[in-house]
Amino acid sequence: MNALPAFMSRDYFERLKADLMGQLSSGQHLYLSLAAEQTQFIRINGHQVRTKETGARIRQIGTVEEALLTCTYIHESAPGILHRNVRTVTLCGDYGQDWDHAQSTITYLKTETPRIRQDLFAKLPERLTSSEKEQTGKLLSIHEAPEALLSPIASVDLAGIYSSGKMVRAMANSAGLLHWFSTDTFNFDYSLFTPSQRAVKATYSGTHWDTAAYAASITLSQDKLKRLDHPARKLGRGSYRAYLEPAAVHDLVNMFSWNCIGEASIQQGLSPLKKLRGGQTHFSKKFSLSEDFSRGDTPRFNEEGALAQEKLALIQDGRLTNALISSRSAKEYGLTPNGASANETMRSPSVKTGSLKSSDMLKRLGTGLYLSNLHYLNWSDPAEARITGMTRYACFYVENGEIIEPIENMRFDDTLFSLLGDALEEVSDQAAIISNTDTYGMRSLGSAAIPGILVSEMKLTL
Amino acid sequence: MAQHLREALASVNSLLTLNDSSGTSGGVQWIGLREVREKTTICHARDEKPYINEVQDSHGIMVEVLANGQFGYAASSSRDGASLRRAVERAHTQAMQASRWAIHRFSLEQRPVTTAHYSSSVQYPLSEFSAGTLNDVLISICQKLQRPKIVRTEAFVQAIETDVHFVSSNGSDAHQNFSYLTADFEATASDGSLVQSRTDGGLRGRSYQGGWEFIRDPALWSRIERVSEQAIELLSAENCPSETLPLILLPDQMMLQIHESIGHPLELDRILGDERNYAGWSFVKLEDFGKLQYGSSLMNVTFDPTVQKEYASYAWDDTGCSATREHLIENGVLKRPLGGMESQLRAGLAGVANARASSWNRAPIDRMANINLEPGTSTLDEMIASVERGIIMESNRSWSIDDFRNKFQFGCEYAQLIENGKITRTLKNPNYRGVTVPFWNNLRKVGNAETVGTYGTPHCGKGEPNQAIRVGHASPACLFDGIEVFGGGAV
Repeated sequence: MNALPAFMSRDYFERLKADLMGQLSSGQHLYLSLAAEQTQFIRINGHQVRTKETGARIRQIGTVEEALLTCTYIHESAPGILHRNVRTVTLCGDYGQDWDHAQSTITYLKTETPRIRQDLFAKLPERLTSSEKEQTGKLLSIHEAPEALLSPIASVDLAGIYSSGKMVRAMANSAGLLHWFSTDTFNFDYSLFTPSQRAVKATYSGTHWDTAAYAASITLSQDKLKRLDHPARKLGRGSYRAYLEPAAVHDLVNMFSWNCIGEASIQQGLSPLKKLRGGQTHFSKKFSLSEDFSRGDTPRFNEEGALAQEKLALIQDGRLTNALISSRSAKEYGLTPNGASANETMRSPSVKTGSLKSSDMLKRLGTGLYLSNLHYLNWSDPAEARITGMTRYACFYVENGEIIEPIENMRFDDTLFSLLGDALEEVSDQAAIISNTDTYGMRSLGSAAIPGILVSEMKLTL
Repeated sequence: MAQHLREALASVNSLLTLNDSSGTSGGVQWIGLREVREKTTICHARDEKPYINEVQDSHGIMVEVLANGQFGYAASSSRDGASLRRAVERAHTQAMQASRWAIHRFSLEQRPVTTAHYSSSVQYPLSEFSAGTLNDVLISICQKLQRPKIVRTEAFVQAIETDVHFVSSNGSDAHQNFSYLTADFEATASDGSLVQSRTDGGLRGRSYQGGWEFIRDPALWSRIERVSEQAIELLSAENCPSETLPLILLPDQMMLQIHESIGHPLELDRILGDERNYAGWSFVKLEDFGKLQYGSSLMNVTFDPTVQKEYASYAWDDTGCSATREHLIENGVLKRPLGGMESQLRAGLAGVANARASSWNRAPIDRMANINLEPGTSTLDEMIASVERGIIMESNRSWSIDDFRNKFQFGCEYAQLIENGKITRTLKNPNYRGVTVPFWNNLRKVGNAETVGTYGTPHCGKGEPNQAIRVGHASPACLFDGIEVFGGGAV
């Protein structure tokens, strides 16, 4: 894109690390984390409400260059008596200014932390295995991007966000550990719309921009869109057979990261999986969920530098085999940590594929619903793993194995124990790689590998 | 910060193309610099032990340029003169590249001149408490929550100090200094396999502008015991029945109801389709303003960024537009959208000063500020007495609504049954669902000023790229007729 800001180089981070560690004396310990990005964002909307004209247009365009350095300081007031405090600062790329800021941060942490009560579950830095990954790609320049993006969609009603650039995640500690992860990536997360405002959702993402692949993604979405340009069927309440595309299953899987698969939430009684651990219930044998870092698109190291296993089974054949255990939960509950992040959420989920072939999917569904996406899920009764949400985008009524017509969006209220349990008939034999397109605060990294599922019933309520 | 930013603007003003306010030459028509410095202090205790102690410092500058009728931006945490000059050039390049594909042609009118200053009203500044003292306070709250059957306690404070300074080539030189505080605590009770939790007004709902006075407030300390006792009370409560009944919502749930089914659907950028790929569209159409009977004639809703202490008060939005109180819905009729200057031009409608950015690294978009339901005349006792059989719900715990903001389902922490005009017993796992316009047209009574509660949330999510922003909501208690309510359990 442009020249990289100094704060995105490994040398800059290593220099800051060395200088900061030199400020520590006996009983003073430090973890450092760096999150940085240089990103171009292009926001597109192809619908002119007043003129009724259609064709993708740019709503907003810009770049963001940012780096956050997080200092987690541990004060050891006596052997094994730890006090923990965290401060995050924004780096500007001028070493003199950044060093002044970092130094005053350490001074603050050294002063304030001893006044905080003992943290029984804090952990001292360890010299674990270091790692390095530098993935370079071929991205569009900020000069090329508008034309390359817009030309193929100039007459298409499309809304979406293009994000492209380099991201860095790094971590070091006062025991000598260093991890470095850097990657060039782009995401074009978009929806195409019919004149009646029914939509198809898609993402074109990767590390190397390919004009032909982009055009193919748009063409495929346009083909899907044609099926939506019919009057929609209004469904009544009740239970329906349904096939959920990978993107819809991904929304269900995301619920496992919301007070669910983490050890702390299970131990504290907040997780629906308490029943799974107690053996009172289980998911279908056809449902297996793991953390799988083999795709390599997100760092395996957590905030403390521990490397997660490349693959960790969480739900295997419907049974809870592992929860995500942070070092904090491990200390509190006397367990072994498994490289989970502090908030014990999934970073690289993967659902095991099954045997349902895409060519058989509509036939096996018979009469029911084909659901491309779900929307706005929330627990409606967490103790029962009961969730509510909406259908969204390309959802159809299917009769005797044939798509008949799109449906009006419906609300569902059902339990994970049913959808991924008794009602789960088949899992598709192909998993889709779904990129993490979140951009709260900063761009997110990583992806999920998710197949589709066929369920015998899904409860629609409104 | 102010002088530094003025000098920075002076150093890049030479990039302006003189006599090109119409933007026909492709030169730089306008430059705006918005510097944001924000310090967020988070302290969280669980089960009488420190859990999180963290301070986050965020500092950077959003550079916006208008060229050829298109805005481009370059946000950077590098704040020196050379970096800012490069940022202006980058923003200009992008504006020019994009102008061929622009959704609308903008002008300086969308960046009005402001020189206003604003400061949150603070009794006890946030700098008063050290991290150690704050930890002790939260641990003390956890201790007060503790009693038999309580298996988990937590207390949380988030204090944010934000300085925003905005200068522009057409004469803006304005400053806003915010002090935000969120305080919350929670008790979780358990008995066998039963688990119930209760918070102080719904998750992070007690969010205000001000200082430590909210922590010192005796009212906060008096609520601790009630939260803990109600969590225990819920363990032996019946599930909320599945029926269609009159429903009274207390202000800490009305906040969510207003937010999801009034605030979001009235955002003009949603109506214009900008959010279709993420947050969604709206059932509201441009032609509905001035005509649509959104709710019953008791319904009066205002956009009001002028309320002292409410979470999203300010003097100007992030485009420099002066913030004033406006009616969005009057006597139930839809009057005005939540749209900033750019959306107003695109829609041809008058809006409000609500183009806001979550920080220096995001461009402004249409957001809520304080969206308030104005009080009516009923007392809470009158509302209860008027109900033969119905439910009162309070404190949100679950929220979901469709992408057009029609079909919603919300859940609360705590409910009570009303029989023959009197509260008779406690109910657990209360939920209700409905469709926005019919729901608001079923508004039968609006509580008087004594029933008003003021809340807010730090986490209203929207936008591409994503932005989480602070909003406030004040509301009286309200009574709705004919609402589908139901409880928990497997379906």
